[in-house]
Amino acid sequence: MKPAPFDYLRAASLDEAVAALAANTGAKVIAGGQSLVPMLNFRLVDAPLFVDISGIDGLSGISETEDGGIRIGALTRHFDLETSAVIGDRYPVLHEAMKHVAHLAIRNRGTIGGSLSHADPAAELPAMAVLLDAEIVAKGPGGERRIMARDFFEAPLTTKLAPDEIVTAVELPSLPAGTGWGFEELAQRRGDFAVAGVAALVADGNARIAVFGAHDMPLRATKAEQAFGSDGIDAAVAALRAEIDPSDDLHGSADYRRHLAGVLCKRALQSAMNRAGA
Amino acid sequence: MTDRISISVTVNGATHTADVEPRLLLADFIRENLDLTGTHVGCEHGICGACTILMNGDSVRSCLTLAVQADGAEIETVENLGDAENLGPLQQAFREHHALQCGFCTPGMLMTATDMLRKYPLETDEDIRDGLSGNICRCTGYQHIVDAVRAARDERDAK
Repeated sequence: MKPAPFDYLRAASLDEAVAALAANTGAKVIAGGQSLVPMLNFRLVDAPLFVDISGIDGLSGISETEDGGIRIGALTRHFDLETSAVIGDRYPVLHEAMKHVAHLAIRNRGTIGGSLSHADPAAELPAMAVLLDAEIVAKGPGGERRIMARDFFEAPLTTKLAPDEIVTAVELPSLPAGTGWGFEELAQRRGDFAVAGVAALVADGNARIAVFGAHDMPLRATKAEQAFGSDGIDAAVAALRAEIDPSDDLHGSADYRRHLAGVLCKRALQSAMNRAGA
Repeated sequence: MTDRISISVTVNGATHTADVEPRLLLADFIRENLDLTGTHVGCEHGICGACTILMNGDSVRSCLTLAVQADGAEIETVENLGDAENLGPLQQAFREHHALQCGFCTPGMLMTATDMLRKYPLETDEDIRDGLSGNICRCTGYQHIVDAVRAARDERDAK
């Protein structure tokens, strides 16, 4: 199908974009368009105006922050994240996750800000944001605010962003030295959305665990994390299976996803433990 | 009625200007406005890869890009790879390895493989298959497509 008619504004600045969103009820942001345009083509999304932020200077790129973390501009393309040496060095779990994000032609266009704003529960980047305790920086008419990733996602395809707010950057705090990592995903084809996926970090006997594709939101599995700290890997797997609420679709039943997420959790934790302290 | 927007797009070296509706997909601009029908439209939601083109050197789904977003861009379509008398190296590899049956997916396969060959080592067949996973061939002739891309990789690496 083809999109329904809409108006289009190529914003020259962030202020212009925010003002256009605030002044036009129902207006939406477009950047890479890799999640949005399919929904436009299906007419699942309709808006009177799309504000294109992809020409705004200063919203892309990866840089180090003063406190030792990393700042990723919202317009940073998936391919640039995938091939970033600093990401590969500092956040190998994110480097691994990027290999699973869609296909090259989509990674060439898609942006991290777009993926987080779209908030697909089966996508890798929202899960990475909650795993890495990312802070999401957004700008609206009232100025800039910061939202912790674990508070950012509200429901499938729904975030805390106001209609006139735009994600401008994502900041990742540095990982403790010796953090081990694991990333496990099952998809029908390489690059498809996950049937289920689990990523884990282990440092000093404590785990961080994030789940995607097997819950209605990207989930930090805090109960599984606690179980890992107190009773080890099998307890974490059991806690994770109790903690998630997967749904049925044509790729698998909820029961299958619950079983699968546990298997992937075990593998991710084992990889993370093997890599920890190195 | 929405306002049309003036765009200027360079396609295969020739610059075209047009006033287009914002909702016009780049794939339809290429096919309908420019009559370059080598770019095929399959699924129109980014799954099949048939409409893949190069935009500023990067492979892009032209069904997931608005024509207005290509304003100022350099586009290459399959027509730029060669013609019937002078096949490009990748097209020649496809021909030699029988890497097409009906040919519908072929333009997207060629443009995707062009970008893959520029960006990735493609050391193993698994790497090649992963790279092609975003392009669907209904005839399911994947083995010969992998053979062709492997041959093109070998030719690239021999240089």
